[in-house]
Amino acid sequence: MAISQMVGASIKRREDPRLVTGTGSYVDDISQTALVHMHVVRSSEAHARILGIETGRAKEADGVLAVLTGKDLKPEFGAPLPVTVCFVPDKKYPNHYPIAVDKVHYVGEPVAIVLASSRAAAEDAGERIEVKYQSLPAVVDIEKAIEKGAPILHEELGSNLSYDVKFAAGDIDAAFKEAEVTIKQRLIQQRLIPIAIEPRGVLADYKTFSNKLTVWSSTQIPHFVKVWLAVILGISESNVRVVAPEVGGGFGSKIRVYPEEILTALASRRLGRPVKWIEDRNENVKATHHGRDQIWDVEVAAKKDGTILGIRPTQWLNLGGYCSQFGTFQVLGMLVAQGAYKMKAFDGRAVGVFTNTTPTDAYRGAGRPEATYLIERVMDLVARETGIDPVEVRRKNFVRAEDQPFTTLLGLTYDSGDYTITLDKALEMVDYKSLRREQAEKRKQGKYIGIGLSTYIEICGLGPAAATQAATGVSLWGMSVVNVHFTGKATVIIGSSPHGQGHETTYAQVASDVLGIPVEDIDVQHGDTAIGPMGMDTYGSRSTALDGNAVHISAMKVQEKARKIAAHLLEAAEGDIVYEQGKAFVKGTPSKAVTIQEIAVAAFQTNRLPKGMEGGLEATTFFDPTNFVWPFGAHICVVEIDAETGATRILRYVAVDDCGTRINPMVVDGQLHGGIAQGIGQALFEGAVYDEAGQLRTGSLVDYLVPTAPDLPSFELSATVTPSPVNPLGTKGIGEAGTIASTPAVMNAIVDALEPFGVKDVSMPATPQKIWQLMHRNGGIKR
Amino acid sequence: MIPAAFDYVVPRTLPEAVAELVKHGQEAKVLAGGHSLIPLMKLRLSTPSFLVDIGRVGNLNYIREEDGHVAIGALTSHHDIEFSELLKNKLPLLTSAASQIGDPQVRNRGTIGGAAAHADPFGDFPACLLALDAEFKAVGPRGERSIAARDFFVDTFTSSLEPNEVLREIRIPTPPPGSRGTYLKFSRRSQDWAIVAVAAQVRVTGHEVTQVAVGLTGMGSRPIRASGVEQALRGKAGHDDELRAAAERAVEGTDPQQDLNGSPDYRRHLAQVLTRRALEQVTAHH
Amino acid sequence: MRRRVAVTINGTKHEHEVEPRLLLVQYIRDVAGLTGTHVGCDTSNCGACTVEVDGHSVKSCTMFAVQADGAQITTIEGLANGSTLHPLQQAFWDEHGLQCGFCTPGMIMAAKQLLERNPNPTEQEIRVGLEGNLCRCTGYHNIVKSIQSAAKVMAPGAERKAPAPVS
Repeated sequence: MAISQMVGASIKRREDPRLVTGTGSYVDDISQTALVHMHVVRSSEAHARILGIETGRAKEADGVLAVLTGKDLKPEFGAPLPVTVCFVPDKKYPNHYPIAVDKVHYVGEPVAIVLASSRAAAEDAGERIEVKYQSLPAVVDIEKAIEKGAPILHEELGSNLSYDVKFAAGDIDAAFKEAEVTIKQRLIQQRLIPIAIEPRGVLADYKTFSNKLTVWSSTQIPHFVKVWLAVILGISESNVRVVAPEVGGGFGSKIRVYPEEILTALASRRLGRPVKWIEDRNENVKATHHGRDQIWDVEVAAKKDGTILGIRPTQWLNLGGYCSQFGTFQVLGMLVAQGAYKMKAFDGRAVGVFTNTTPTDAYRGAGRPEATYLIERVMDLVARETGIDPVEVRRKNFVRAEDQPFTTLLGLTYDSGDYTITLDKALEMVDYKSLRREQAEKRKQGKYIGIGLSTYIEICGLGPAAATQAATGVSLWGMSVVNVHFTGKATVIIGSSPHGQGHETTYAQVASDVLGIPVEDIDVQHGDTAIGPMGMDTYGSRSTALDGNAVHISAMKVQEKARKIAAHLLEAAEGDIVYEQGKAFVKGTPSKAVTIQEIAVAAFQTNRLPKGMEGGLEATTFFDPTNFVWPFGAHICVVEIDAETGATRILRYVAVDDCGTRINPMVVDGQLHGGIAQGIGQALFEGAVYDEAGQLRTGSLVDYLVPTAPDLPSFELSATVTPSPVNPLGTKGIGEAGTIASTPAVMNAIVDALEPFGVKDVSMPATPQKIWQLMHRNGGIKR
Repeated sequence: MIPAAFDYVVPRTLPEAVAELVKHGQEAKVLAGGHSLIPLMKLRLSTPSFLVDIGRVGNLNYIREEDGHVAIGALTSHHDIEFSELLKNKLPLLTSAASQIGDPQVRNRGTIGGAAAHADPFGDFPACLLALDAEFKAVGPRGERSIAARDFFVDTFTSSLEPNEVLREIRIPTPPPGSRGTYLKFSRRSQDWAIVAVAAQVRVTGHEVTQVAVGLTGMGSRPIRASGVEQALRGKAGHDDELRAAAERAVEGTDPQQDLNGSPDYRRHLAQVLTRRALEQVTAHH
Repeated sequence: MRRRVAVTINGTKHEHEVEPRLLLVQYIRDVAGLTGTHVGCDTSNCGACTVEVDGHSVKSCTMFAVQADGAQITTIEGLANGSTLHPLQQAFWDEHGLQCGFCTPGMIMAAKQLLERNPNPTEQEIRVGLEGNLCRCTGYHNIVKSIQSAAKVMAPGAERKAPAPVS
């Protein structure tokens, strides 16, 4: 193994100089000559038939080039928007086209587009369009949507039910027979709006006479968008290029082939000019997919000593108006709803339902926050019911290090981790015993602090083909090309598409360690389908486990070839060559070395190479691992509740996480900070609210409460390192772990604080009013 | 994001501004700091075809004491109010409120005149100005007039200004020495509008509360004087139980709404809690 | 009807005829071509558009360009001195105070005013000073550290070591 100098180093990011000076290019910073601006007119109705659209006055407005409706564009759709199987093969779903034709299914669905010489002209003309709707009754509630007589969104499906699927193993009836303690609880995952600070945007440029389409899009998945543009527009895939420029955050909300990507491309093809669309925030809150929105009903079978025998979770998912691209990513949560614990039976059921709301799909964690919330709240509910400390309940049920590899009830394999180590470290950092004493003292004074745990395990590194190919239709490999140039510098092309995760830095660190080329001489390129083979883009905390390792493997292939060349140049046997820090030498004589730069030159001079060896010094890798990766950790949140107002203050937030090898610890910590902030956001501040008619009441950043700096504490982080056994670097993933862990840590703390009031559960967001009402129903403290 | 088109004029004096408003009638709106108007225009919820930008009218930006009053020009920014030494000394209620409006960038542009004229029941200054018995000097086509605070705030987003009147100045009687004031605001996040807020202005002389005024934000369609609280506390010594009893009366005469941020019951409860806490602060011994 | 607007941005004079409804942020981005200032919302909440107008930090999405006629404007592009970063830019780089970078220009401009008014802020004062700027990536933890780091360099009387030029 090469000496690790760069892997493990918290070096500054190469991305930052351009970003701190405002010279990075996001999609709205890009222009083309003869640019046309697109404005999307969107449905103001949640559920309605479109009887007609008056576009005459709009067409006459200044600067307008065209006004197009669904009827105009329908003949051009070669296929509907994609929907992947994603763990539910039998799901029923309608064809979803980029623009409504006869019917609208949610407020915000596109109904017409205006193409004009300026954004202002396009918006002005949009005001002149009159859509005649025949309103239909709307349904926004999951349970109401599957009641008899509910308004049906997609008549061809017969009901609003998309799927009803079991994930079961073990004998759940036996578990409940054996149970000494049973618990029933409803846990609600409120709908969230991802709110990346950069809304979406697309610039599509169709060159008529070369039949080539270039699209710049604020997306996490340029490679997938490319394929679907080709399919839907009927263009050869070889003529489509998609570029993700700087992308201002995604968090899952930009994992989708979106209507506007298709519409701008179609418009560009029609007009023979580049077309740009930039999303306003008031569009974004309706037109970019939402997250979560599930009801979980769980029954728990346990023993008086805190042993969990089995759980029966039912997950009701609100899919929104259409089945989004993954549309069941949240079902991924079922696969880890067992958490870090052993049990005898798991009886899960997932039900996906359409309603007249914005479609839901992946949002930071995509199913695993929901599952972790379930199991971590269950652990605390069992603790409360049995009177056992929540720490001890967890210890009792943990999968232990010696149990691994451990096959879960649903057939996944946890392969690495001692969950007691991270838990013990977190307990030590907060001085748990002292905290419990302090809590008892404070209660006597009418002050309420709470301690909340979350000992999570998470599944990421999506994903091994064996598990994911059936779900998504392609092998989600990690891809890289490592190419050493004539002057001994290198370019690394990666399959991931970062939007803040620092891959230009971390993967240069990986390549640098193997090749011995300085980080500053390694350029990492990404997010452009024209530069390399197909990557599988970025989501599911997959990049380091997959593309990062693909970089390592490609660099090792290059190193291997470099050794062969060095052996030839040094007239030695290959087996005698040592390659270290960018130099190759015969074992024992380091002074007679050839540098990677010298080897590179030789690679461009084929008659200096071994007979039969081709020139060039580059390698490509498609890395398909044998398993997911399994980060884990323990988070502890300490809160204080103001008894008079119900306001929650976070006193401390401690996180001990294990994501295997940490290439750049500073970058890892940054991912945790951001993830924890979003999880706290769900616990305390955020929640998308629809009224009965399907109008989004939290339709702006005034009402949808994204946490600000004074609302959050500083975080205390620590780490352990348990390398993953399924990839050479030993890396796992960390992009979503913070969010997955934090929501239950905060909510467990609040419920813990309110124990004197007999409170067993608090719904999210835990607003001051909600908490105050719980404290004061039944006249106050129950003793 | 782009407002509907409009015509625009920049008068140099108030009479000019008034003349423009008279000329264009219903189609015209006054632009000061713009932080109430421009967001509405960007969402096309407001589409005036004529804007009268009074941002460059001279002599509307000042804080000074004269004839037993503090006079504040209508275009004085929230920032300038927040950091005014004079106001820190004489009217800390105002500096306290100013520091809690929106965020630093908003405070650099927002003006007290604009905030008052906008009459948002969740705005922070109105309750303060009501508690301080402020006087509003307005200039219109028939000249200048004075409006007392209790007559100024009429309803949600409705002041008693005529459509062609512009605020020139806000005058507040200088509180006597020994007066103290504070603004307590309860919201979900730091930058948010108040769910409920309380403006408390009190003077304790010896062992007696000789002056007390409490204004409430967010308890009705306009700011409300908690006269029940004032009655209960005036003349008392200011002991804890007296403050508590007085604060209970904060709900009298209020009509809080139900919205995403709170129910009427919760708002009433908050009004009592915040009133008591504010009174405790301003009566506490140094 | 169009109106003449003359402003100085980062020391350079600009003069154009614009519609009164043109927002200052659109003027800066689309007319003056300085795209470092970003638009993240339409209700003046997110602060990504923060610039300095006549020495005060302002949300440029909530001003019309015509209101800024005659003003001295500083945007993120005006902070670096040639290839030498401003101490705040350097500190955000050193302390990993950014991830996707979209909120960063506005955040740095807000931080600049914060430190100008309060050269030695506590952590709480820093957080409150940033209440008008949203970040979704960093959880603000490293943004606070960045500002604390810059404060040391920018404090009046601080031994000023010129940050290394960007390579």
